[in-house]
Amino acid sequence: MARIIVVTSGKGGVGKTTSSAAIGTGLAQRGHSTVIIDFDVGLRNLDLIMGCERRVVYDFVNVINGEATLNQALIKDKRTEGLFILPASQTRDKDALTEEGVSKVLEELKERFDYIVCDSPAGIEKGAQMALYFADEAIVVTNPEVSSVRDSDRILGILQSKSLRAREGQEPVKEHLLVTRYNPARVSAGEMLSVADVEEILAIPLLGVIPESQDVLKASNQGEPVILNADAQAGQAYSDAVDRLLGEDRAHRFLDEQKQGFLKRLLGGGRG
Amino acid sequence: MSLLDYFRSKQSPRSASTAKERLQVIVAHERGQRNQPDYLPRMQQEILEVIRKYVPVEQDDVHVQVDENGNCSVLELNVTLPG
Repeated sequence: MARIIVVTSGKGGVGKTTSSAAIGTGLAQRGHSTVIIDFDVGLRNLDLIMGCERRVVYDFVNVINGEATLNQALIKDKRTEGLFILPASQTRDKDALTEEGVSKVLEELKERFDYIVCDSPAGIEKGAQMALYFADEAIVVTNPEVSSVRDSDRILGILQSKSLRAREGQEPVKEHLLVTRYNPARVSAGEMLSVADVEEILAIPLLGVIPESQDVLKASNQGEPVILNADAQAGQAYSDAVDRLLGEDRAHRFLDEQKQGFLKRLLGGGRG
Repeated sequence: MSLLDYFRSKQSPRSASTAKERLQVIVAHERGQRNQPDYLPRMQQEILEVIRKYVPVEQDDVHVQVDENGNCSVLELNVTLPG
């Protein structure tokens, strides 16, 4: 049975699309057929992060409106076997995604894929609500920063009251906390909320902690999901998170400040 | 904690703990509001219409609020009548 996973946050710019790309790729790498859907109508960006922006012909809204078939709109990832992308439309029509239309497309995707990853737009308006409406699981992406934590709590409230599972009184959406842009040095200096602080406030299980890293920007510059960079800490942290999502037990890494060696400090080296 | 860390922490208050305290307060407050019943806005509208039959009042002159007090809820209705 296919699982629908929404990647959401409330606040913008916390790393939803980066996380969707990394987690979708990670699931496919492990042999699960996966599609990542961009729900950000009007502000399409998943295609850029996945490096397939020049291959977009048809989009999600075209499929809903019957202007293209799913096969025409799905973009096959060239690096990872079993991974597909369904791009968002660049239309300015905010009502392009209807509940009925989205439901129809998801039903069709469920027959072909093991995992459907929904990359939510920012905010708590209709677009974000549509992205989470059909979800079985939710990955709440949070930066260790006041506005992001508060917005994550609001989106959790919406998951618990406005998702299909909540409306129909089914088993609730399974919630996961993904802390991104984590800077252990600033945490130990008392300048940044710790993972434990964020966990305590939001009170949902921790899926992973992604360290703040220059490799994330480098990956998006190149249009390659950061999880493909096995040398990068951020890539490794996403890999661990995907394993945990699949029920495996992985210890959390990169939570503590790394003491730089004398020589490295002297030379001003070091990467995030 | 090293001696150096001790002096460093004396110099500046730890902003992360301030952040945590502020978040705990606001999140608890917002969770309380979240649980307010869905019928509240509609009820407010109907109450307003009844009052309007007798006195000319505006939408903003009527405030309806539900407060949880342990195991009982208190419905508070506040109407500002024109002088």
